[in-house]
Amino acid sequence: MTPTYEAFPGPMALLCALCIFLIPFAAAGLSLINTGLGRSRSAAHSMLSSLCVVSVAALAYCLCGFAWQGFPGGPAHSLAIAGKEWGWIGAEHFLMRGVAFGGSPASLAALFGIFTAGIVALIPLGTGADRWRLGPCCVSAALLAGLTYPLFAHWAWGGGWLAQLGANYGLGRGFVDAGGSGGIQAVGGLTALSIAWILGPRHGKYTPDGMPSAVPGHNSVLVLLGCLVALVGWLGLNSAGAILYAGVQPGWIVLIAVNTLLSAAAAALTVVVMTHARFGKPDASLTANGWIGGLVASSAACAFVRPVAAVAIGLIAGVAVVFAVEWFEARLAVDDPSGAISAHAVGGLWGLLALGLFGRVPGPLLSPETRVANQWLAQLVGIATLVGFVLPLTYGLNWLLNRVYPQRVAPEGERQGMDLYELGAGAYPEFIVHSDEFTQRKI
Amino acid sequence: MKLLGVLLLLAGWAIVLAAVALLMAGPPQVVFVFAGMGVEALGLGLVIRAHPVPRGDRE
Repeated sequence: MTPTYEAFPGPMALLCALCIFLIPFAAAGLSLINTGLGRSRSAAHSMLSSLCVVSVAALAYCLCGFAWQGFPGGPAHSLAIAGKEWGWIGAEHFLMRGVAFGGSPASLAALFGIFTAGIVALIPLGTGADRWRLGPCCVSAALLAGLTYPLFAHWAWGGGWLAQLGANYGLGRGFVDAGGSGGIQAVGGLTALSIAWILGPRHGKYTPDGMPSAVPGHNSVLVLLGCLVALVGWLGLNSAGAILYAGVQPGWIVLIAVNTLLSAAAAALTVVVMTHARFGKPDASLTANGWIGGLVASSAACAFVRPVAAVAIGLIAGVAVVFAVEWFEARLAVDDPSGAISAHAVGGLWGLLALGLFGRVPGPLLSPETRVANQWLAQLVGIATLVGFVLPLTYGLNWLLNRVYPQRVAPEGERQGMDLYELGAGAYPEFIVHSDEFTQRKI
Repeated sequence: MKLLGVLLLLAGWAIVLAAVALLMAGPPQVVFVFAGMGVEALGLGLVIRAHPVPRGDRE
């Protein structure tokens, strides 16, 4: 979907900028969740990694990410296939040269991108908790923020071929992803899956007969606080994304905020009920995953569905997250301490599909009752691109990185804890250091 | 097997792209898009099988 971009009126640019300024709360929330769901002996390492990854992502995005993401109406490389233009990569200047930083739409897109690149890079961090070395995770973040994320963002948001599916081939309004269910969350979640495969599970996670053992997070308070902090960030993320990339008028941010909260609430309560029914008590960490899954799923369609549909999207996201967490851990032997793959990849892909099923995608002037033909097919093409292209790309890049710069910490580092091994000091120095009480004891 | 899985993922995506670019909107296009996604699912299954369930500690 390619909105018109002649100019934003002053108040609209200001509102959009204010929404973008809320996005760092999402980064803070995800950092708290990642840290709380990891072990106490890796807590300082987790928070430092978050800070470093956000910094690296911002620099990489500034260096080349924005140039390759581009901007609707801006310079881009394209291929002509059967008489249609397929924009495949942006051709802006490196280091954000040439961007008019005066509240122009291009400058707002650059601001949005530099914050969201950090969010994308934070997602795999939780999956690699307790075993991902600081250096390689920073290089991996640079690859993600400098290449993988901008490439897909150009296709979906920068006037690329996915955005043009409507104009070129009559598939609805083209691929629509207002708040980044695909462009931000699924890209990060699929990278998290690649990282989980490349790093392998934590020491002691699987018993000799291949059964997973529970490794509980060390601080539920951090996790649940992170969920509430992330909500603030998501309100900004969805609102700014919808204004910038879906041509939504500022007044509709009220609907966006309502839908965002309802989706997260429905997902979290669904998980509470499900875990209570299955285990006898609600599970705090799964509920946190469900909350984030609901936020993630809300992003794509936040501006294009009625509140009741947002509840349905959240409800299904909650169910999907619970089963996905169990499936990845028990069936696929994917050790994902933060549940990022389930919440961000599964939730994100569901959010994209949900827009095709429930959305009333508007034209340039919002008319919520308009249903566009074949929108669901455009969304499916976007999902196929994420699974069929982005996953192999991000897996290949991280596999190559692992060959030249091993990403997993040495066994001694994992036993000692990432804090002591990589930083030389723990997050909680006054606490008594316990032995590995959560891992399977050898008899 | 891992490489084959990755190649199938890319092949499935190529089928989806070909369906969009070469076929007119209608049932054949939808069928080819689903076929491409089916090939992707096959590739994903192979990549998953290439990462076996670990047995016990790494040390």
